Amino acid sequence: MTVPALMIHPDDSVATAVRPLESGECVTVSAGGREMTVTLLQAVPFGHKFALRDIPAGENVTKYGETIGRATAFIGAGEHTHIHNLEGLRGRGDRR
Amino acid sequence: MNFMGYRRKDGRAGTRNHVLIFPTIICASAVAEMISRAVPGTVSVSHPHGCGHMGEEKDLMVRAMAGFCGHPNVAGVLLVGLGCELLTPELIAGAMLPGQRYELLGIQAEGGTTAAVEKGKQLAARLLAEAADDRRVPIDISELILGTNCGGSDTLSGLTANPALGNAADRLVAAGGAVILSETPELIGAEQVLSRRAASDDVGRRIYEITAATEAIAIRAGVDIRDSEPSPGNKEGGLTTLEEKSLGAVLKGGTSPIRQVVDYAERPTEKGLVIMDGPAHDAVCNTGVIAGGAQVVAFTTGRGTPLGAPTAPVLKISSNSRIYRLMNDNIDMDAGVIMEGAATIESVGEALFREIIEVASGKPTKAELLGHGEFAIHSLGLNV
Repeated sequence: MTVPALMIHPDDSVATAVRPLESGECVTVSAGGREMTVTLLQAVPFGHKFALRDIPAGENVTKYGETIGRATAFIGAGEHTHIHNLEGLRGRGDRR
Repeated sequence: MNFMGYRRKDGRAGTRNHVLIFPTIICASAVAEMISRAVPGTVSVSHPHGCGHMGEEKDLMVRAMAGFCGHPNVAGVLLVGLGCELLTPELIAGAMLPGQRYELLGIQAEGGTTAAVEKGKQLAARLLAEAADDRRVPIDISELILGTNCGGSDTLSGLTANPALGNAADRLVAAGGAVILSETPELIGAEQVLSRRAASDDVGRRIYEITAATEAIAIRAGVDIRDSEPSPGNKEGGLTTLEEKSLGAVLKGGTSPIRQVVDYAERPTEKGLVIMDGPAHDAVCNTGVIAGGAQVVAFTTGRGTPLGAPTAPVLKISSNSRIYRLMNDNIDMDAGVIMEGAATIESVGEALFREIIEVASGKPTKAELLGHGEFAIHSLGLNV
C-alpha cells in the first residue's frame, strides 16, 4: 500500500497524505470503487488532509463516511484542509 | 486458546503477580513509597486523593481504589493510611472482592513515619513471600479483559494502529474475551457509528447520554472544546476536529456489538466489547480500565508516549514507523508498516493479538522494562 494519500470511504470529501506531498502534485486516491484525482494547490504535510472536490463555505466535510466538521471558507479541490478552513461542531461552549 | 496466568482465590485470572503498596490517602504516599523502595519486588503509587470526597466522587474513589487493589494482577496489597482520613485502609479493604491478600497499616497508630515504614517492611515482606508461591497455570483467553487506550494520536492512528488494534480486539471478542473502549470525549462525533452496534436500545441510549454529559462540561463552562481536543500535538499531526479524532479513535474497539456501558472503574458484567465512561487523559483512562478489571492494556500512539501502569502491562503500538524508530525504547509494535506496504491491518491485528497473549503470559512490555507505572484516578471535582 505505497500510495501518496488515502481516501477512506467513497463518500469522503477529503483524503489524508501518507507522505509529504508537494504543491502541484497530481494525486489519485480510491475507496469502494470510486477513484478521484486532484492537483494539489499547496504542499500538504504528512498526515494532513486535502480536499477531493470543491467544498463551499458552510458545507459539512466528510471523512470515514461521516461528518468531521464544517468548512469555514471555500475549500478548493486539492487545497490543504485543516484548522484554518475546517471547524468542529461539537463541544462548542464558545457559541452558546 | 490458553494464556499462562495466575488463578486467584475469587476465581479471576491475573497476568502479573505484583505486591502493591497502596496509600489510601495522599498523607500516606511518602510512607508507601519508602516501604516499596526498601522492599525490592514491590510497587507503589502516589495520588492526591483520600479526603474531602463527597457523594458520587466518594463512590468513584472507593470503586477505583478497591478495583485497583483487589485486581487479579495484584498478588497482595499493603493498604497504608494515616488514621484520620475519609478513605481508610479498612474501608478500601472492605470494598475489594473477597479473597484478596491484604495487610493494613496506619501511620498515626504506629507512631510516625519511621515506625510505620519498619512495620510496613515486615508486612510487605510477608506478602512477597506469599506471592512467591503463586504459579502460572493455563487459563482460557476468554477470561482476558483487554483495556484499550490511545494517546498522542495523529491522522495515521485512525488508518493503521487503531484499526489494527480493533482487529485484535475482534479476535479476542470472537474467542469469548472482553474488550473495554473508554475515553468518552473521543466518542463525541462517533455516537452514530457506535450506537448502530449497540446490543440493546438501552446501550445505544447510554452511549448518547455519556457523550452528551461530557460535551455539556464544555458547553456549561462556555469554552471551546477545540482548545484542548484535539490537542496541539494532534493538530500538528494533521487531526483537525474532535469528530475526526473520535471517528479514528473508536476503531480501536473493533467492529463487534457493544454489550454494555459501565461507569469509570466499574467492572463489566458482560463479555465482548464494553464502553467505559471516563476521561481521555491517558493515565486516568489506564487506571480506570485496570480498576475495572483489565489485565492487559493495548495503547496506540502517533506522537509517541512512554506511559505504563503500576500493575498491568501496557502494550504500545505506533501508528507510524518514524515514531517507532524514534521512541523505540517505549513502543512495542509498529502498525506504520501498513502504510509502507509491508503488512495489512489484518496481519498486524493478528500479530498484535498473538503479542497480547504473550504479554498476558508474562512477556514484559517496554513500559514494564523501563519501570513506567503512571497512576491517576478520575476526579469529578466533588471535593472540599
